Amino acid sequence: MTPVATPFFFYFISAVAILSALVMITKVNPVHSALALIVTLLASAGLYLMLYAPFMAGVQIILYAGGILVMFLFVMMLVNIEHLYVEKMMNRQWVIALLAALVLGFLMLGALYKGAPSLPQQIVNHPEGTNSQEIGMLLYGPQTGYYMFPFEIASLLMLVAVVGAVVMAKRRV
Amino acid sequence: MLQIGTLHYLMVGAILFLIGLIGVITRRNVVIIFMCIELMLSAVNLNLLTFSRLYGLHGQVFALFIAADAAAEAAVGLGILIAFFRNRTTVNMDEVDLLKG
Repeated sequence: MTPVATPFFFYFISAVAILSALVMITKVNPVHSALALIVTLLASAGLYLMLYAPFMAGVQIILYAGGILVMFLFVMMLVNIEHLYVEKMMNRQWVIALLAALVLGFLMLGALYKGAPSLPQQIVNHPEGTNSQEIGMLLYGPQTGYYMFPFEIASLLMLVAVVGAVVMAKRRV
Repeated sequence: MLQIGTLHYLMVGAILFLIGLIGVITRRNVVIIFMCIELMLSAVNLNLLTFSRLYGLHGQVFALFIAADAAAEAAVGLGILIAFFRNRTTVNMDEVDLLKG
């Protein structure tokens, strides 16, 4: 199987993701930030496709870009955002943010370059055609269903989240 | 041209995570802070999928669980945000200082 994704695509998609993430944290209007975040998440879905994970790419587009971001836009409709233009956008924590990012970034760089030689050298690209089927077998399979119980816990978590969101956002408790 | 390996994807994930971290610390709007948290979770997903190429398909299942967690967290967080906005009529994080001594 010859990979279709050339290095150019990787650099292009990564640049789109990182630039729109930067746009997201620098825009005053939260609607613009949400739209930039949609672009970032779609670019991440492209990276997932390049990593031979088409199921997760679909989940990313449907759940993040389609579900969560639409919920964010609805909430922005409920809270008023006009006063944001006359207030300051950032607080005075640039120093702390830069410090935290630098420390964490150097930590990550060190971990990557120290740990890179110990990674397995050969890369197994899972076949794309049966990706969803294999994930389903890992989740529910009779022999290979390692994740049946975590899946049930996740569904319970979703139920609790739905109930909690309704209780929180209800007008009178 | 340089071959795209594991480290490239991990670097992109780290950069996205750090951008989300800076956004969480510096922004004042709660909605944007939530969006930055989503960005950080998505960056973690990218790392997991990168490692699933090396260690088998389990990383993709983990990424699926993280996506479910992100959805639950966003739902509850936005519910809290609506309740908070109804009480205080602001979405500004700097004015949430009830616990400040």
